[in-house]
Amino acid sequence: MKLVVTFHTTADAMAMEKACREQDAPGRLIPVPRVISAGCGLAWCAPLSEREHLGAVMKEYGIEEEALHECMV
Amino acid sequence: MIYMDNAATTMQKPEAVKQAVLAAMDSLGNAGRGASSPALDASRVIYAARDALARLFHAESPSRIAFTANSTESLNIAIKGLFAPGDHVITTVLEHNSVLRPLYECRERGLELTILGCDEKGNISYDEMERAIRDNTKAVVCTHASNLTGNMIDPYRVGAITGRHGILYVLDASQSAGVWPIDVQKMGIDVLCFTGHKSLLGPQGTGGMYVRTGVEIRPLLSGGSGVDTYNPRHPSQMPTALEAGTLNGHGIAGLGAAVRYLEETGLDRIRERELSLMRRFYEGVSRVSGIVVYGDFTVRERAPIVSFNIRDYDSSEVSDELNETYGIVTRPGAHCAPLMHRALGTVEQGAVRFSFSHFNTEEEVDAAIQAVKELSQEEKEV
Repeated sequence: MKLVVTFHTTADAMAMEKACREQDAPGRLIPVPRVISAGCGLAWCAPLSEREHLGAVMKEYGIEEEALHECMV
Repeated sequence: MIYMDNAATTMQKPEAVKQAVLAAMDSLGNAGRGASSPALDASRVIYAARDALARLFHAESPSRIAFTANSTESLNIAIKGLFAPGDHVITTVLEHNSVLRPLYECRERGLELTILGCDEKGNISYDEMERAIRDNTKAVVCTHASNLTGNMIDPYRVGAITGRHGILYVLDASQSAGVWPIDVQKMGIDVLCFTGHKSLLGPQGTGGMYVRTGVEIRPLLSGGSGVDTYNPRHPSQMPTALEAGTLNGHGIAGLGAAVRYLEETGLDRIRERELSLMRRFYEGVSRVSGIVVYGDFTVRERAPIVSFNIRDYDSSEVSDELNETYGIVTRPGAHCAPLMHRALGTVEQGAVRFSFSHFNTEEEVDAAIQAVKELSQEEKEV
């Protein structure tokens, strides 16, 4: 199981990557998995254990998620 | 060749800009279309440019910067997407056709338009602007600097007026971005429209707009967004809301490099250099017999532009002679600023415009002064 964060825009996804790199938060951008949405777009995929850490990073950088999911990737 | 047509486009670009475009063409995929390495690299380059522009203009977030092809597209998006029939909008005679023509189109559909005049030096009255506000006034749309005279408006004073009356403030920064500091938050700007290829030193085909959080613009285009594919409506979140279709990633890579160059070089340094060259040229030509210079040179706050005519000479002939005989590149004619020419009484003659870059030199300016002196002494050819 992984933590998968989806976003409203590609710009938000890129802001997430930049913030996580700066804050040494693990994860990477992946195409949004089909189990979450049948559309397209980018999602941040990270270990489940990083939920709190990622939440803090997103709060600090003012990044708004579309949704947080726990799923098999 | 001596290039002095920088208000039309800056021809000399920083080396880093050219390298960035070349590298982008060698390696980038389509931003936001999948998560392949080339697609992600494109998204990263574009986000870095968005981030740099947000820093430059003091935007609250990079997501408030949308990319467009140029100022004209940005202004069309803003003007056609903000106003409705019955709204009243205030603008000025200083404007370029990229402001005026979209406003005229809206006027044909019921927009009420007030166009503020100017004094003999080409300056607007802020009292007149405030007096023009009515109950249905929705916005002031105006340029930061006239592309013909180089005269600037005071962006803080306009922001104070629009703020006092709770109306929108749309600023056209085509001739000022990259030279004069712009702080959208301190100036109270709601929408800032800019082009990449002039004083921002980026490639042609790049530009964009800042839209303040809370300001909703009806998009001009809808289509591919890379997200929310099965939604029949285009996403409403910025910047995707205003960026339908594939972005000009190659050009935006260059624009991002250009903004970083401006940051490293320093806007103050660039501006001082350009104003010093402009002042040197102005001092040199304004004393020449038969020359009429347009605009207000009594103030320091100007765009680095000097427009003038020699006696009753056709500005096109003068510009052509400068190009053919002296290798000096300028622009004649009307400069897409019809109301400014009407105000100056130069509709028939146009004007010869010299506009400076920090890449110009004192030697080039002196050669240009000499050329103007020689042309002013020639008898007019019939």
